[in-house]
Amino acid sequence: MGTLNQLVIGASIGAVLLLAALGLTFTFGQMGVINMAHGEFIMAGAYTAYVLQPLAGDQAVLVALPVAFAVGGVLGLILERLIIRRFYGRPLDTLLLTFGISLILQQAARDIFGAPNVQVDAPGWLTGGVDLAGVRIAYNRLFILVLAIGCVVAISLYLSKLRQGRRMRAVMQNRQLAAVSGVATGRVDQATFFIGSGLAGVAGVALTLIGPVGPTFGTAYIVDAFLVVVAGGLGQLKGAVIAAFVLGVLNSFVEFWTANGASFAKVVVFAVIIAFLQVRPQGMFVLKSRALT
Amino acid sequence: MRNRAVFAVAAILLLVVAPLVLSPFRLDLLGKYLCYAIVAVGISLAWGRGGMLTLGQGVFFGLGGYAMGMHLKLQDGELPDFMSWSGVEELPLLWKPFANPVFALAMVIVLPVLVATLLGLLVFRQRVRGAYFAVLSQALAAAFVILLIGQQGLTGGTNGLTNFQFFFGLDLYEDADRRILYLVTALVLGASYLSVRQLVRSRYGQLLVAIRDGEDRVRFLGYDPALVKTVAFAVSAGLAGIAGALFVPLVGLLSPANLGIVASLELLVGVAIGGRYSLAGAVAGALLFNYAKTIFSEQWPDGWLYVQGALFVAVMVWAPRGLAGLSHQFRDALSSRRKVEVQA
Repeated sequence: MGTLNQLVIGASIGAVLLLAALGLTFTFGQMGVINMAHGEFIMAGAYTAYVLQPLAGDQAVLVALPVAFAVGGVLGLILERLIIRRFYGRPLDTLLLTFGISLILQQAARDIFGAPNVQVDAPGWLTGGVDLAGVRIAYNRLFILVLAIGCVVAISLYLSKLRQGRRMRAVMQNRQLAAVSGVATGRVDQATFFIGSGLAGVAGVALTLIGPVGPTFGTAYIVDAFLVVVAGGLGQLKGAVIAAFVLGVLNSFVEFWTANGASFAKVVVFAVIIAFLQVRPQGMFVLKSRALT
Repeated sequence: MRNRAVFAVAAILLLVVAPLVLSPFRLDLLGKYLCYAIVAVGISLAWGRGGMLTLGQGVFFGLGGYAMGMHLKLQDGELPDFMSWSGVEELPLLWKPFANPVFALAMVIVLPVLVATLLGLLVFRQRVRGAYFAVLSQALAAAFVILLIGQQGLTGGTNGLTNFQFFFGLDLYEDADRRILYLVTALVLGASYLSVRQLVRSRYGQLLVAIRDGEDRVRFLGYDPALVKTVAFAVSAGLAGIAGALFVPLVGLLSPANLGIVASLELLVGVAIGGRYSLAGAVAGALLFNYAKTIFSEQWPDGWLYVQGALFVAVMVWAPRGLAGLSHQFRDALSSRRKVEVQA
């Protein structure tokens, strides 16, 4: 019973991590851009739901999903066009650069929405939960899980069925070869950044269901999301899914087993990832390549 | 020759002029900046020379700082104040050895070096580097801060360690004694600058730069890059530890907010602004950045984050080598223009 309960909590932590990490794994994997502002795109998505609340009432979350995708995507696109495009091939510099952007966005949020946290009300049909084998699963957690699965399915369909998605995979696997085969890599980069940042917006909306929204809201998730990408392997959808759920479940179990667990959970997760990298230094799945690493 | 003159002028300014001219309050602030400059020397070695972008330098700063803070808390022989607030009645086992000054001073360096060596060997040996390493070091900072906050009874939680009265015989409430403390900090900065400069100029320093620019080639020549990088990382961690230990009596406070992800990045910005490839640039950058931070926080606190963010962006876009590299960059731009003319 206890175990099953922790498993459910872990799965929902994993779903949140996955939503936050989905966009990162592509921008990081395809373009080598470490986007620290991704956390602030998550925040922008969350505030989108907050802004829509007076208009859409308690259905704000549903209405906000597509809007937040567009908001995050456009923010990402602007960032890519204006600055990041000059930085390809300098991953460490993009990290510092986008950290600067994230500071600016945080302060902007503080100036626009105020420093205190705000609350987005969950729709009525998401309160309560369902009993399963003696464990109560809250509907909002379930909704996040379904949303994460939906996003993964949509992306994998995009990557395998659509021409644009296949181009994206081509650029990810070998940029130069894709370029000489006639793929407009610059345009593909824009699309990737739009989708990746849009997913951050969606993640933000989902996160309003489990807590209040504040200006530094995104930073809490960004580090864990990066760990998911590192453990899963760059640009690997499968890797991100597995890593997110394993880390989520691990987190919830360490918190459960140790007294005062929350403070140890992060340390244990960190140690596990270092240990895992001893076996697979490039993460769970690796693109096969003959390039010298 | 010119470098030596600049160094001498800087030494006179910091050691003689500043204590005479500045008010005690400003002198304390300058001492704090000097601590950050010591960290910057280490970052310049690890990042500028070794190519290891360490986003977790706050962890080492904190390890050194807490080792010192724990000792200072135990000097009056009583149970630290925050422990009785959180219901701890007996001194925890972890704290007992820190009553010994020699042990505490040793731990200031040993703890950060040990953690850095362990992490470095585990990570660099597997050829985890670049962005991966940066992300991992940042995750370490996040985990460290959460651990510190969680162990309220052991570490003082969010408030950290405060209220220090004495520092090895110096009374921290006396201006004259504080001035001595400031001078010690300035001397430590000078010593760390000179020794790291020596290290950078040695054969080891050349090897480190070679690894930064072509790790595989150096490996094929028969060196072990993991070992070389670990040494540089450990030295930078040790320097951060020393800086943290001086920060504690100077500022009179050490809390998780001084060590977290944002604090660790702030340690790095100064280096980026001054110029990561230049030791002197890193020191100057750290001093300038923290001075600017104080000024802005006093005059226009809400604007500081905008300024800081804009600084990050501006430096990365227009001056990736920092201020110290501007002349270099200028020369490059000129020579490339000339080349174009020749081709035309």
